[in-house]
Amino acid sequence: MTVPPPVRPAADDVPGSWTAALRRRAIDELPPERLLPDRQPAYVSSWVYLFGVLTLAALVVVIASGSILALKGPEWWHHSSLGHFMNSVHLWSVELFFFFMVIHLWGQFFMASWRGNRGLTWVTGAVAFLASIGTAFTGYVIQSNFDSQWIATQAKDGMNAVGIGAFWNVLDFGQMLLWHVLLLPIAIGIIVALHLLMVRRHGVVAPIGVDADGNLIDSGTTTDAS
Amino acid sequence: MRSTVRDPAASPWRGPTRPYDLVKELVIAVVVVSLLVLALAAVFSSPDEPGVTIQRWARADPSDFITTATTELDGTSISASYGPPYNHDGPGQKIGPLALQKLAGVRIPIDPAHDFVIGPLQTVTGDRTLAGALTRYTRASAAQQQRWASNYDQAIQNAPAQDPTQVRAGDYGPVPTMTARLLQLAQSGALDSQLVNPGSGFYQTDYTRPLLFLSDSGYLANLAQAQHLSGEQWGMSNETGSYPGQAWLWLYTFWYQIRPFTHSGNADALIWGIMLVLSLALVLVPYIPGIRSIPKRVPLYRLIWRDYYRQTDNIEHN
Amino acid sequence: MAGLVASVVNLDRPGHYLHWWVIQLSLANFVVIVLMLVVFALALVVPFPKLHERDRPKKERP
Repeated sequence: MTVPPPVRPAADDVPGSWTAALRRRAIDELPPERLLPDRQPAYVSSWVYLFGVLTLAALVVVIASGSILALKGPEWWHHSSLGHFMNSVHLWSVELFFFFMVIHLWGQFFMASWRGNRGLTWVTGAVAFLASIGTAFTGYVIQSNFDSQWIATQAKDGMNAVGIGAFWNVLDFGQMLLWHVLLLPIAIGIIVALHLLMVRRHGVVAPIGVDADGNLIDSGTTTDAS
Repeated sequence: MRSTVRDPAASPWRGPTRPYDLVKELVIAVVVVSLLVLALAAVFSSPDEPGVTIQRWARADPSDFITTATTELDGTSISASYGPPYNHDGPGQKIGPLALQKLAGVRIPIDPAHDFVIGPLQTVTGDRTLAGALTRYTRASAAQQQRWASNYDQAIQNAPAQDPTQVRAGDYGPVPTMTARLLQLAQSGALDSQLVNPGSGFYQTDYTRPLLFLSDSGYLANLAQAQHLSGEQWGMSNETGSYPGQAWLWLYTFWYQIRPFTHSGNADALIWGIMLVLSLALVLVPYIPGIRSIPKRVPLYRLIWRDYYRQTDNIEHN
Repeated sequence: MAGLVASVVNLDRPGHYLHWWVIQLSLANFVVIVLMLVVFALALVVPFPKLHERDRPKKERP
């Protein structure tokens, strides 16, 4: 797959323009054919490859259901059947989100998907995993029921023990609500976007023991860093 | 030492390709996952155990309530001896010499005796007996206050069934009157809203005070224990009822089940430290020698790419 | 409890717990974990649709 030439030569860009520099960088790193390809390497032929998009799909449902819960506020689901159902949708989409994400992690680990300068792709994925755990935690804490009370009063000890609790008060419902509904989803969105852009930028990693032309490398001359 | 020959996986792929509809795949995935989620939600629903109010606690276990209120006054409750971020009355946890809890300082100041007991009682009007008791208490020296509360605390421990109504006569000062009146306030439901951040006036979103007061008693913990949610029951990964919980927290809660953490006063800090290191290790897997070569030593990848290996091998040998 | 939706399977009952060594695992979590391993194993072994000749780009066809 060859990268098409830029639309206008770089020499025509306005000198010193940040916008032009950003545009140049974006087109060079992610030309349209790389951002939205309609072909992929032939080795992407295993069901294991599906778990990334399944995780993303689950995240879409998490955000959609969370948005509906946000429409009516945090108390709605306690006294509305529809609200309770939306809460159930939100809970199960989160369970599936972690289900698919962990399987995706297992698959990517055993494929050593960080090879070929893809280390940051793994890093953003792992950070997304950890950030998701934190986001889910704030979700549990704003359920405004017994579970929230217990989880918050337990978690505060861990947070306080390392000094975080002084600034991030898990017993403060208002604070946790805003972190869960606004700040953490934005953070997750940014991390996931970076992760996806990196996958598109570098492409899906080739099989272990295969060179860029698609030929098998003799095991004696393999040059993969290990 | 890194080989000077470039990593073949770093070069853009020039080998065979297959069609791929990225947008269609995402749309199908969203539809399939949505249907799956709707089915799970319809079949299993979600838990909603009602929250515990101070009122409920006070009505269910008045003896425990009075005992807890007394410990707030004599400084032996969990909150009263917690340390930062609530007060300076506890040393806080450490990781070796690192006292992060203390370093963070008292950012959420709580004075349990005043915030949970005296303050709410002072809002009561028209009760001259209570007013007299409060005046007597607040005008006494700190040492005298301590003595009264401590004596009463001890007397309750020694009473039959630890029932405050059956304590022997002793030098308890106004403490029995105060705690009995606080119990009435709690049982009426008034204490629940009084404890929620009194400084903010009308609107209330911070439940620090009532939650700390509630967890100073055994009531919340007993309910949690019955639902398998307490620390030594792997509680962190569980959910109320028979629902699946947070299995992804398995490693975090695991450490609380084994020594030395089961007996350590610094368990929380130490375990956070361990998990920080392990989390960092997870993030940095590509850069850790040994860990990053595990996939090459485990033949799982041969299963994943078996089609490609087979057809390439056929092509090369034909 | 206001708003409790009747569900086909009622999970608002005391959970079952499996005990082994220091491990205490809820039945629900156990099922989830086993399902994950099964799904992962299936993803590894279930055959993936093969590439048809018509799907190869012209330059890759023999």
